[in-house]
Amino acid sequence: MGSSEFYGIATLGYITAMIVYITYLVVKIEGIGKFATSITVLSFVSQTIAFMLRWVEAVQAGSRSLWRPPISDLYESIIFFVWCLILGYLIIEFKYKNRSLGAFVTPIAGLALAFIEMSGMSKSIEPLVPALQSNWLLAHVTMSFVAYSTFALSFATGLMYLIVNTGKKTEPAYIFWTVTLSILVVLLVAMGIDFLSFRVMASSQQEFIKSYLLKASFANPSTGIAVLSWVIAIGFTLIVWNYGYALKKILLSFNLTPGILDEITYKAIAIGFPVFTLGGLIFGAIWADQAWGVYWSWDPKETWTLITWFCYAFYLHARFMRGWRGNKVAIAAVLGFVAVIFTYLGVNLLLSGLHSYGEM
Amino acid sequence: MDNSKASKKTIIDRIWDFFASIKLAAVIFSLIALSSIIGTIIEQGGEAEKNLQVLTKLFGASLAPSIYRISESLGFMDMYHSWWFMFFLVMFTANLVICSIERLPNRLKAVRQPLKPLPLEKFGSYAIKNEIRIKTEPSGLKDSLRNAIKQIGFNAREVSENGTTQFYSQKGAFGRLGVYATHLSIILILLGAVIGVFFGFNGFLNLPEGYTSEVAYSRKGGTAHPLGFSIKCIDFDVEYYKDKDMPKDYKSWLEVIKDGRIVKKQMIEVNSPLRYGGYTFYQSSYGMMPNPQGVFILKAISKSGKEKIVNTGLNGTFTIPGTKIKGEITDFSPALAFRKDGSTFTYNQMMTNPAIKISFTNSGKKLYSGWLLKRYPQTWDLPEGNRVEFIDYWGAQYTGLQVRKDPGVWLVYLGCLIMSAGLYSAFFVSHKKIWVALLPDGKKGSKILIAATVNKNRLSFERNIDKLTSILTKQA
Repeated sequence: MGSSEFYGIATLGYITAMIVYITYLVVKIEGIGKFATSITVLSFVSQTIAFMLRWVEAVQAGSRSLWRPPISDLYESIIFFVWCLILGYLIIEFKYKNRSLGAFVTPIAGLALAFIEMSGMSKSIEPLVPALQSNWLLAHVTMSFVAYSTFALSFATGLMYLIVNTGKKTEPAYIFWTVTLSILVVLLVAMGIDFLSFRVMASSQQEFIKSYLLKASFANPSTGIAVLSWVIAIGFTLIVWNYGYALKKILLSFNLTPGILDEITYKAIAIGFPVFTLGGLIFGAIWADQAWGVYWSWDPKETWTLITWFCYAFYLHARFMRGWRGNKVAIAAVLGFVAVIFTYLGVNLLLSGLHSYGEM
Repeated sequence: MDNSKASKKTIIDRIWDFFASIKLAAVIFSLIALSSIIGTIIEQGGEAEKNLQVLTKLFGASLAPSIYRISESLGFMDMYHSWWFMFFLVMFTANLVICSIERLPNRLKAVRQPLKPLPLEKFGSYAIKNEIRIKTEPSGLKDSLRNAIKQIGFNAREVSENGTTQFYSQKGAFGRLGVYATHLSIILILLGAVIGVFFGFNGFLNLPEGYTSEVAYSRKGGTAHPLGFSIKCIDFDVEYYKDKDMPKDYKSWLEVIKDGRIVKKQMIEVNSPLRYGGYTFYQSSYGMMPNPQGVFILKAISKSGKEKIVNTGLNGTFTIPGTKIKGEITDFSPALAFRKDGSTFTYNQMMTNPAIKISFTNSGKKLYSGWLLKRYPQTWDLPEGNRVEFIDYWGAQYTGLQVRKDPGVWLVYLGCLIMSAGLYSAFFVSHKKIWVALLPDGKKGSKILIAATVNKNRLSFERNIDKLTSILTKQA
């Protein structure tokens, strides 16, 4: 078996774990929770093996040197992100002895993996162009993704904080979390439908190569289906908004107090922020300086990295200087991760799409 | 704050308060972030046509031209250099400096203040506390207590009064300054950037193999900028991944010449530049330049092993040493490819797969002709066992160099270093304080009181205190 088989097992495992964690959250049977953890651990092991194998395969194919772990293109970096995220999650589950968080973290992993499948990105091991053969870049990418995964964790706990700490339907924080959670779920489901309708049913090779992200729903060529998708999405959001308090009851029954959630959110950011500053900004600048002779050039990626940095700097200052503990900082933590996603994917997909003459 | 108090403030006080407020920081954070977003949507310094197209995609064809005009007049086409973005950055810096000055003296005082012994009645009011009773007289416990405190990593001071001994110590107080080190580092980086903008040079130089230049060309307007020395490109080479047209590495061999003497010789590649006289030369691109004077460098090797290096041009001839076999270079392609029927064509002008066609004759009699490919040594062997190696086609490529002079870059690097240290101490160094009092308990026993505080990572410090407790109880 090669790396892609092990990656396949891990992907399938994480998606199963996601479903089992959510089931556990609803039915609260201890055995199901343990089952979810076991699947996650096994998938994690499988992914680790796949990572090693891909490294070996790249070296054997002669396209990479021994000192280049497989974290250098879009596919590899998203996989690495999922790996860090699951590792971080397992540590938290072990430390806080609470599995309910899994139902919020595994969907993020699921989204990332679904995105790989849907966007039609290349999974083959490509040789590196000269600019990418740098140790600074290696440190930059590794640390960025470690930081991104801690930010993803803080996103999950920040969202959970808002769930347990709000009650009134008219409260802005309540509306904020219901909408955010709905978007997350809708995206996940839309990608799932994409997967079924294109991966399983697509016949021509052409369709595989072209990106089919959200082509089955929002971006469907048929206006009717696209409009219907929006109607369903808005309807779903309204349902979440109307029955959101049920989720609060569930989370509270798992002994998740706002205090614990605020603490985990803060701890994740307190680790992520320095790592992100050093790896994402400083090492990135040093690498750019070595490779291009400019440490900062305000390109969209750099600028969005800075915007993300400002988001989390704001979170930290708000928490310490203004003593904000509560919904406001939790919202900042959630929005910070939205900025992270945009830095990584939005810049590549949307902005490069805007700047090219052709369609995305 | 009531009005009477506010009116006593001078204008300067008010300006100071304005800049020292964390609210202003939040506003500036948002302003910079939001305006930056616009800068990532509109391509900076890009072609007008392209940006017009972007705006058309976003707002439709009817609105786009007027939006374009408005954004252009506001400087959005080059917004990171616009006066208002500079103004945001200046405000940001002023806010950062004044916020830090406002809060730093108190913090410094707190950090410098030596720790004092704790009055006994206050021990109970600390968040981390413990009380141990041991059936040994205090005098017999002093040494082991001192050792136990040392074992958990504290060098405690000691004070004795009325039969009570107190040990007290603190660690990691400097961690509280980490946030100010981080602020300072941001100021240094901005300062370095300003120096770079005003006193630096950012340019390029396309230097063909064999050429020398005394100037580089500015990125803005392309004006010639004298370097004060000359730079020569001796050779340039691209290495490809096996059987692929993807470059693995590209290198230039450069020479720095000053006052007629070669002062530096270095091979540069991507990620490893040449530095001389305040200038840095980065390998950034390459290209081909048609040159009738280009030289083919070949190595002719006879079956018996005799070798000869050949330098010749198109239509040039050479003989294989020790034989009467003569070769003539009849054709050249920078990127040769074969069609299915065996005919050839050139697929680009970038020297991705250079090849020469050679016709061979033996004492005037025509033998055969064929293509020799630089990247494919298997094409170098001739039927009789002779061999012609295609080493280089020299003089036909130029190396694209990015030339930069940035007298502020060391400040930026220093800032980065301080920022790393600052963030480390701000997030990972905790300020720990510990007090341990030893007092008599009854006739032959003693009581040990422990109090401690820490500003972050409380769990691990609590484990430390537990360790102290267990060491003491074991000894008793």
